[in-house]
Amino acid sequence: MGTRSSMLQEEEISEIQRETGFSSNQIVRLYSRFTNLDKSDQGFLRRADFLRIPELAINPLGDRIVHAFFQESATDTVNFRQFMRVLARFRPVKKTATKNKLNDREEKLKFAFKMYDLDGDNMISRDELLNVLHMMVGANISDDQLGSIADRTISEVDLDKDENISFEEFVKAMERVDVEQKMSIRFLN
Amino acid sequence: TNQTHRYKLVSFKFDHVEVPYVICLWILLACIAKIGFHLYDKLPHVFPESCLLITLGILVGVTLFFTETASSGQYTLNANTFFLFLLPPIIYDAGYHMPNRAFFNNIGTILLLAVVNTLWNTIGIGVCLYGMSYLGWIHSSISLLHCFVFSSLISAVDPVAVLAIFEEIQVNEILYIIVFGESLLNDGVTVVLYHMMDGFTEIGESNLQIVDFVTGFAQFFIVVFGGTLIGVVYGLVGAFITKYTDHVRVLEPLFVFVLGYLAYLTAESMELSGILALTFGGIVMRHYSELNMAKKSTTTVKYFMKMLANISETIIFMFLGLSTVIDSHDFRPDFVLFSLLFCLVFRVTGVMMLSWLVNQRRLIRLSAIDQFIMSYGGLRGGIAFCLALLLNAEHIPERQMFVTTTTVIVFFTVFVQGITIKPVVNALKVERAEEIDTSMNEMIHKRFIDHLMAGVEDIIGKSGHNSIFQRFDYYNDKFLKPWLL
Repeated sequence: MGTRSSMLQEEEISEIQRETGFSSNQIVRLYSRFTNLDKSDQGFLRRADFLRIPELAINPLGDRIVHAFFQESATDTVNFRQFMRVLARFRPVKKTATKNKLNDREEKLKFAFKMYDLDGDNMISRDELLNVLHMMVGANISDDQLGSIADRTISEVDLDKDENISFEEFVKAMERVDVEQKMSIRFLN
Repeated sequence: TNQTHRYKLVSFKFDHVEVPYVICLWILLACIAKIGFHLYDKLPHVFPESCLLITLGILVGVTLFFTETASSGQYTLNANTFFLFLLPPIIYDAGYHMPNRAFFNNIGTILLLAVVNTLWNTIGIGVCLYGMSYLGWIHSSISLLHCFVFSSLISAVDPVAVLAIFEEIQVNEILYIIVFGESLLNDGVTVVLYHMMDGFTEIGESNLQIVDFVTGFAQFFIVVFGGTLIGVVYGLVGAFITKYTDHVRVLEPLFVFVLGYLAYLTAESMELSGILALTFGGIVMRHYSELNMAKKSTTTVKYFMKMLANISETIIFMFLGLSTVIDSHDFRPDFVLFSLLFCLVFRVTGVMMLSWLVNQRRLIRLSAIDQFIMSYGGLRGGIAFCLALLLNAEHIPERQMFVTTTTVIVFFTVFVQGITIKPVVNALKVERAEEIDTSMNEMIHKRFIDHLMAGVEDIIGKSGHNSIFQRFDYYNDKFLKPWLL
């Protein structure tokens, strides 16, 4: 293992801690995972590094999830800071904790929303929804059926009748879902 | 006397029809009683149905007893009837309509409670009762082994009682599934412990060797996994058969019932856990057969199952009341009081201890209030009562005392805990379950989030339940579904 990538500076830890709210133990733990994934040992991950994870290959949204990491970094590599910023969304919400730690309900929903919204226009269009549906159901359901599912889904929440789901409409649709819990992982210490 | 019998115009042969007649009368009476309770609305608000049914059973018992109509035996709860006919419908219904997602999300907690808590209770109650008897606080001297016989049958939380109470109070899904799941899955432990203690009394306390305990420990795994496996196999067979029922739709519900019952009977015949067989049989069967069956058949299965379970439950509670009056009793206040005390103490300590342990890993922690309701939900019921009835009086001279004590504890949990649990839940503001129909959006986005979380778990290299689900789904779609659907 190269010295550059395997060292995690004390100050970097505390900076990440401040930004994401992870404990230093969690950061160290995730860092070792990060270096594990980083096969080329350069201190950042490429798409191929993610796609090498065998379990991800059976995830119908695997590509999309990986893509979300690169959306965050806006380049074709993901460094540890960016990696942690994405994961921070999935920290459990503590009732007592201060807000603005990337992991509140709004941030979680925004993250999910962005995963639908590939072109980044803050709308889930019919095509974008169909795309996701296609991935999730596989070949079992015909295009016509998927189309009508997509139409029903959009018309259900489309308050402004623009045939798209905006972020506000998305939040409204998820009102009754316990997002805080569903989109949280207990990171090991 | 050379009288010739003339051909009679009307004859009366009650003997010929007695058994089915009495059974029908029973069902009729029990069901009418149930309707009666609901006609007068204030009653069911205050008392859970199970309490009312026991009370009614007692009243019927008193009537039969004093009119000397009942020649005992026949009208009391018979352990065979209970285990072969009354219990399976309730468990099958519960397994078949199990909220799978909640069940498997909490399976770690449920298993830990089911296994460790039941053991903790059995050992704790057994040792403490023996201690009290040794110190002379309980006047009758009972051997340690006999104390364990009793504690093994009284420790387990009873799914029938839990269902009867918890269905009515509608606490939130997590709390419900934990208490209820525990009551179902602890059956494996109960069966092993009970048979082990029963076997030990036959061998005799002085002849026991380490090897017997080792065998008992090994048997646990056989009983649990054997029962589960039988359930899964019958479930898969059911799924496979319903694949071909397209042209004889009327038979579809029948397969579901017959195969479920066969799973139970197979498990019972090998002394494996019938309850686990039914639970997992139901879960597996439903997972596939609902996709194979016509919508009408699904509805039929649902209603038929609910009806059977309801009737069984009704009869069990009435019988419990009735048996109390008609059986002869051996009431020892000291033994009863200490048993009750230890049941409560070990339930509470066990739940607290294990909740602390699981809270280290759980995403949604079990709060103090949750723990209180979990302890409070530790209801005992018909299973314990029937296991006590099954004890062999030759080996265990205290049998009658055990039966009576069990009855008291069942009554205590059903009446005191059952009646107060609703006010307690209200007072503590325990989160309730809400009936909501999910919208299309919720369905899709939830599914989306499930996949997302599975992916994130895989990326950070942690197999949480999302990624396990994901893998199950994948292999299910790839290998099982093509065979079964």
